[in-house]
Amino acid sequence: MTEPIVRYQNIQKSFGDVEVLKGIDLDIKPAEKVAVIGPSGSGKTTIIRLLMTLEEPTSGDIIVDGKNLWKMEKNGKMVQANEKHLSSVRSDIGMVFQHFNLFPHMTILENCMTALVNVKKIDKQEAKQRSAEMLEKVGLGEKLEMYPSQLSGGQKQRVAMARALVMRPKVMLFDEVTSALDPELVGEVLEVIRDIAKEGEMAMVLVTHEMDFALDIADKVLFLDNGVIAEQGTPQEVIANPENERLQNFLQRFNN
Amino acid sequence: MKKWSWDTFFDAFPMVVQGLGITAGLTVACFLFALIFGFFWTFMQRIPIKSVSWLIRWIMEFIRSTPPLVQLFFIYYAFPSVPVIGMTLSPFTCAILGLGIHFSTYIGEVYRSGIDGIDEGQWEAAKALNFSTRKKWSTIILPQAIPPTIPMLGNYLIIMFKEIPLASTIGVVGILQLAKNYGAQHFNYLEPLTIVALLFLVLSYPSAILIGKLEKKMNRRFDKKEPSGSKPIPEGKGA
Repeated sequence: MTEPIVRYQNIQKSFGDVEVLKGIDLDIKPAEKVAVIGPSGSGKTTIIRLLMTLEEPTSGDIIVDGKNLWKMEKNGKMVQANEKHLSSVRSDIGMVFQHFNLFPHMTILENCMTALVNVKKIDKQEAKQRSAEMLEKVGLGEKLEMYPSQLSGGQKQRVAMARALVMRPKVMLFDEVTSALDPELVGEVLEVIRDIAKEGEMAMVLVTHEMDFALDIADKVLFLDNGVIAEQGTPQEVIANPENERLQNFLQRFNN
Repeated sequence: MKKWSWDTFFDAFPMVVQGLGITAGLTVACFLFALIFGFFWTFMQRIPIKSVSWLIRWIMEFIRSTPPLVQLFFIYYAFPSVPVIGMTLSPFTCAILGLGIHFSTYIGEVYRSGIDGIDEGQWEAAKALNFSTRKKWSTIILPQAIPPTIPMLGNYLIIMFKEIPLASTIGVVGILQLAKNYGAQHFNYLEPLTIVALLFLVLSYPSAILIGKLEKKMNRRFDKKEPSGSKPIPEGKGA
């Protein structure tokens, strides 16, 4: 049994009075592909935002590669993590956003390079080469000098993926990455994710509404409902043969 | 009453123009000071301690609500007698401090509006890529926040330029002071003061046009409509 790369232990999260996550326990193994499905408002985006440190859990622990993400040891006691600690753990994690969040003042090559140069302190020439290769891989090798505003939504999202991938995270998070796209552009983005998934070495957590896609690439599917993991298992168990009644109702909406 | 005389005009012109260096130099110095000090206000306001940001807001409000002339007089005449920190400063230095600090409070607000215009998604992307606070500001936030404010900053430059003659009240000898001196010597104020007005017009009008051009260029530079992440509603908050 391999050690999990990410472990959620009784994670709770409230926004004001609203309890969004009500005790999540979850293990993600290295290279495991986890799809998170569920109705909107069920807390699925919050799960990955907590891991990216965009939100802080109200209680519970998240362990990344053996290190507690939100807490650190100080004088023998566990205290709230400072920015330095968060930064050291965060470097294992990458994220692709629903709305791409590309840097509009940089070319797409610069978008990919900037964190390599400014965060990882990698030599500029090497960063350039690695970024260009990664953009080539997502099918944008011809557009290196273009600005995000000159690209289609699907192309933007592929740049965003290259930008996250080039940092070589151990865990990649995908937050409804096709939800903001025109339907005809969804395919090209899913294709790239499928390719990344096949390479295998990286764990992936995908919050998605694309059931066929989840069925196709995920090792494990979580059905999140009302802040708890209502059902989990292989895609075959969860999507193809659901037992939970609410899950059946939820899936029904995608079948017609 | 005397009539307009071109002879007086051309006689006064070389003398008044001599002050142009001082007037322009003071404008540039004050503006640079305000541009740099503006960041001080912007960042102090962002300190996440309520009492500090409240205090800073209050000081800025105080400086903006007080006439710059009063501030100049205070720095020149009253500051030397302030205990501990008080010292006598040259009129030129006083003018830089007085007008520079006054306008820095406006410029700090301009910066703030530029930073507020940055989409939440940009901050999140910077965090997801593990940028340090310093690098996040220098490579992601400020390069996007400042260019759109350049036209506003330019307007403040012109407004400030027109306030520069206030410095003559504490003895900075710019074009206005020289025109007054000429007038006093020759009992002729009409021509030298007309020259002053013309010089201000000649300098500020082209600047205004230049700023308008810059504004157009900035708008073209990158499409601000890029949907770089409307703030996602945390699940549970919406619906």
